[in-house]
Amino acid sequence: MTAVAGGTSAAEGAGSGEDAFLAAFDAAVAAEERIEPRDWMPDAYRATLVRQMAQHAHSEIIGMQPEANWITRAPSLRRKAILMAKVQDEAGHGLYLYSATETLGTGRDELLDKLHAGRQKYSSIFNYPTLTWADVGAIGWLVDGAAITNQVPLCRCSYGPYARAMIRICKEESFHQRQGFELLLALSEGTPEQHAMAQDAVDRWWWPSLMMFGPPDGESAHSAQSTAWKIKRFSNDELRQRFVDICVPQAEALGLTLPDPDLRWNEEKGGHDFGTVDWSEFQAVLKGNGPCNEERITQRRRAHEDGAWVRDAAAAYAAKQAAGSDEKAVAA
Amino acid sequence: MSEQTEWPLWEVFVRSRRGLSHTHAGSLHAPDAELALRNARDLYTRRGEGVSLWVVPSAAITASSPDEKDPFFAPAADKPYRHPTFYEIPEGVKHL
Repeated sequence: MTAVAGGTSAAEGAGSGEDAFLAAFDAAVAAEERIEPRDWMPDAYRATLVRQMAQHAHSEIIGMQPEANWITRAPSLRRKAILMAKVQDEAGHGLYLYSATETLGTGRDELLDKLHAGRQKYSSIFNYPTLTWADVGAIGWLVDGAAITNQVPLCRCSYGPYARAMIRICKEESFHQRQGFELLLALSEGTPEQHAMAQDAVDRWWWPSLMMFGPPDGESAHSAQSTAWKIKRFSNDELRQRFVDICVPQAEALGLTLPDPDLRWNEEKGGHDFGTVDWSEFQAVLKGNGPCNEERITQRRRAHEDGAWVRDAAAAYAAKQAAGSDEKAVAA
Repeated sequence: MSEQTEWPLWEVFVRSRRGLSHTHAGSLHAPDAELALRNARDLYTRRGEGVSLWVVPSAAITASSPDEKDPFFAPAADKPYRHPTFYEIPEGVKHL
């Protein structure tokens, strides 16, 4: 998202000079300065950012699928317009993040190829199905709520283009969360069947939402280094705790319960105690064995291939126009 | 599958309202300037963030070097007399 895409700084790998560059990089990070695309940065920092930002971008565009599933069946024109705007936002968020990732010298086509080949991941949450209309509400309230909890600290990430993309995304996400909450509230206060539908959706999405914060702190592979580089500002467990504490009163306002018998206020720690996440389920979904892994990636590949003729036609038209104007220029 | 190479990259600048200059918002891919402008509208002004857009081919931008040792900006540092605070003015002198 910065004027000139990254790549290799002229000085990179310049032997003894590298120590000086590393010292300057460390000092900039320590001083809360932002690292910008053409600055020297350690290869591992660049690789970590590409991995995280690509996964984030992929999550945004794969995340369009479970919700788009309900666009044609939205119960009113108002809800349909809202849902279309939300799904379009997710596409936009994906593009902000691809564009930010490109500043690190990795092209969007390459990132998409890796997603389609299964060599880069997206958030496991999108491998769960949207079985009823209430799931659209549960996704907005819980999934986008968890995403916001994760993303707000990323607005202060040490890499400038990522932080700027996150600021833009977080502004837009709050509409996503509020429309989900409002949708669930309407169902919860509706007929007994509608209330039951809302409760069922929350029951199914609660635990996968808690998994969105990643494995417990002790088992998180990249956390320590990302924290040192100020890419990550809070630990997985800290953010998970924050999210639970935010959700409990919101669930009460909705008139819905959270499916955790161990959930209770702990006066001493000033937060809620809650049950243990089923990490074996998390690992299984991560490895590709979730309910919708196959469907999501197949649909993504199909959308990409079905759109190829549009991309080709636009490129051919642009080439023809450019050739035409060259001829005119020669003639003139 | 498409044999075309990737659409070129464009930088997008948005004037958020009259009286302000265009500010860099981000980048996008588009086959030509016209579609870059349309994509920029859809991507960067979905909530009325702008009244005017510029799109510029990223390849057309020449940037200064970010290297720490680069003396490019150094000459400005030793000319404090360019700042009004450099000058001592007797107390009580107004409008200066």
